[in-house]
Amino acid sequence: MATDKPILDEVVLNEYKYGFTSDIEQDLLPKGLSEDVVRFISERKEEPSWMLEWRLKAYRHWLTMREPKWANVHYPAIDFQDIIYWASPTKKPSLASLDEVDPELLATFAKLGIPLEEQKLLAGVAVDVVFDSVSVKTTFQDKLAEVGIIFCPMSEAVRNHPDLVRKYIGSVVPTTDNYYAALNSAVFSDGSFVYIPKGVRCPMELSTYFRINARNTGQFERTLIIADEGSYVSYLEGCTAPQRDEHQLHAAVVELVAHENAEIKYSTVQNWYPGDKQGRGGIYNFVTKRGICEGRNSKISWTQVETGSAITWKYPSVILKGDNSVGEFYSVAVTNHMQQADTGTKMYHLGKNTRSRIVSKGISAGKSQNSYRGLVKVGRNASNARNHSQCDSLLLGDKCGAHTFPYLEIAHPGAVIEHEATTSKIGEDILFYCQQRGIGMEEAVALIVNGYVREVINQLPMEFAVEAQKLLAISLEGSVG
Amino acid sequence: MTPLLEIKDLHAGIEGREILQGVTLTVYAGEVHAIMGPNGSGKSTLASVLAGRAEYEVKSGTVLFNGQELLELAPEDRARQGLFMAFQYPVEIPGVSTANFLKTAVNEVRKSRGQQPLEPAPFLARMREKMKLVEMDASFLSRSLNEGFSGGEKKRNEIFQMAMLEPVLSVMDETDSGLDIDALRIVAEGVNTLRSKENAFVVITHYQRLLNYIVPDHVHVLMNGRIVMSGDKDLALELENRGYDWIRTDTVEA
Repeated sequence: MATDKPILDEVVLNEYKYGFTSDIEQDLLPKGLSEDVVRFISERKEEPSWMLEWRLKAYRHWLTMREPKWANVHYPAIDFQDIIYWASPTKKPSLASLDEVDPELLATFAKLGIPLEEQKLLAGVAVDVVFDSVSVKTTFQDKLAEVGIIFCPMSEAVRNHPDLVRKYIGSVVPTTDNYYAALNSAVFSDGSFVYIPKGVRCPMELSTYFRINARNTGQFERTLIIADEGSYVSYLEGCTAPQRDEHQLHAAVVELVAHENAEIKYSTVQNWYPGDKQGRGGIYNFVTKRGICEGRNSKISWTQVETGSAITWKYPSVILKGDNSVGEFYSVAVTNHMQQADTGTKMYHLGKNTRSRIVSKGISAGKSQNSYRGLVKVGRNASNARNHSQCDSLLLGDKCGAHTFPYLEIAHPGAVIEHEATTSKIGEDILFYCQQRGIGMEEAVALIVNGYVREVINQLPMEFAVEAQKLLAISLEGSVG
Repeated sequence: MTPLLEIKDLHAGIEGREILQGVTLTVYAGEVHAIMGPNGSGKSTLASVLAGRAEYEVKSGTVLFNGQELLELAPEDRARQGLFMAFQYPVEIPGVSTANFLKTAVNEVRKSRGQQPLEPAPFLARMREKMKLVEMDASFLSRSLNEGFSGGEKKRNEIFQMAMLEPVLSVMDETDSGLDIDALRIVAEGVNTLRSKENAFVVITHYQRLLNYIVPDHVHVLMNGRIVMSGDKDLALELENRGYDWIRTDTVEA
């Protein structure tokens, strides 16, 4: 109906008003990529020679590869020689107090319920001496060290825990895995390293710490999490607060290893700058995330809430190698304006009695394109494998698109695979019904969207579930003030 | 006394077609008005225009609600000022529980009046209490709004929401359509309990049946976008017996 459009447009056409940039003092290399650049990065990070060799091998392989073109996303060719691959992160606060920060940004922080001190960090404001990330980090690390947990930057792990890193890095996502994983392996800047020893249940969500430090994550992040036998860890990556970055291309790699009876819960909230209404300037987020359930009865669970980036290309996957292992993927992907998302998961059933569950909720608004792409593969020896996939798409307006690409490769006759898919629209009739009960347009959209994603949001750690709900509402609201 | 609702010479339609061609109607607090008429006479258009559906266009005429220009208000503001519409086809909202929906609605209305949100426990108690009016089980509260509800359950849910929101003017758009006799009785009894000197009802219906239970003070016949005849509850009975054709003849002759 013609009259639908103005109202929905109003709801949908809000810009990412809270982006920000800060002056950065950098120690940087000139643009371009070569073996020398790889050597330079490795040297600056004081890496052992095996790490350099590993990077170089990845780089040489990358040279032989081509950019993947199969995803349902469109963007101009990336000039890999036009990228700076090393910039030492010496960020200096550029603002003296929160008074100088864009009031809209502060309003967003307030809506998300982010504590004042964290707001300063996120906005690039100088921080009180009593509260800096170093002291927070120390407190956390002491607590974790008591139970033998290693949680540190990847570059530190390479130097201090070389045996562990060497054993596991590239074991889940090999350097040759795909174009962006190879590039990441060659030039990764930093990331997080987590090792949970046998039988240890990580006493805290590894989230608050990370959130405070998330602002310094680089363009090519590398994360490795190992849960040894019988251990448990819940890790949260990202930030509900809006993040802007000078780098357009982000190609991260995350590897998870769960040994016998271990469980890893990995949650992501991604809110990178999506570009303006015309799609200019947004971040390309090309990520490889994969976990392996190495041991019997192990479990890996991915939960993601994706609202940002101009282009998202991301398939957190689980290799169910151990018998009785369980893989889960819960996803909410929101696209608005000109955003494009091609995201989903892969579940490889290799062991016996393995189970996987996929719940994907796409929300498209504006002129965006939102694709779910998922693979369920059942190996020849994976007797009694079970999978249940549910892929739902919600459309706001009539200029956006939702696509579903499910792939099934079943080599065992005993597998039980179920796939459900729905597509629905927030129609004018539902909005009107809400309005007639006194609920304004924006509250109505928030109510409907939060109802739609409830199953996924419930998987997030409590504090983040609340923030993620607000973030979804903000992403789709007509205004933030 | 100021009328609760005063419609004067209302012309309105959809997609360029004029459906209401000069409706005039005055409703005072404490009254129940029934609007009857054959299919396509404009009954549901009247309800939609009053509630503020965007696709309907008002050409001319005025509508005063409590002395205020109703047509200038957004739909949610009409609701916040006490206008309620019981929908002919209530929508389903997956993932949003009936309780959460109503909590949001009631608190939005309260907010617009400068009142604090209700505490969860007393609110829940109030919902349980009001559900009894329409014999709804409390288990409906945790179910997604109207999802998987039968036709009768959806209509009972409308009256339950009416009870929670305590409107001053309720427009019931063919609430009786698709109801069996038991559901009809339950819905009507719920409405009768909510009737008071302070509120009013505009009951839109095709059949007289509902009016056996909700006894109207006034009955109006809407035909070709105009109220062509008004009377008391006996008019409804006459329509039941004679149909609408005799009015058509009469008005043409007159």
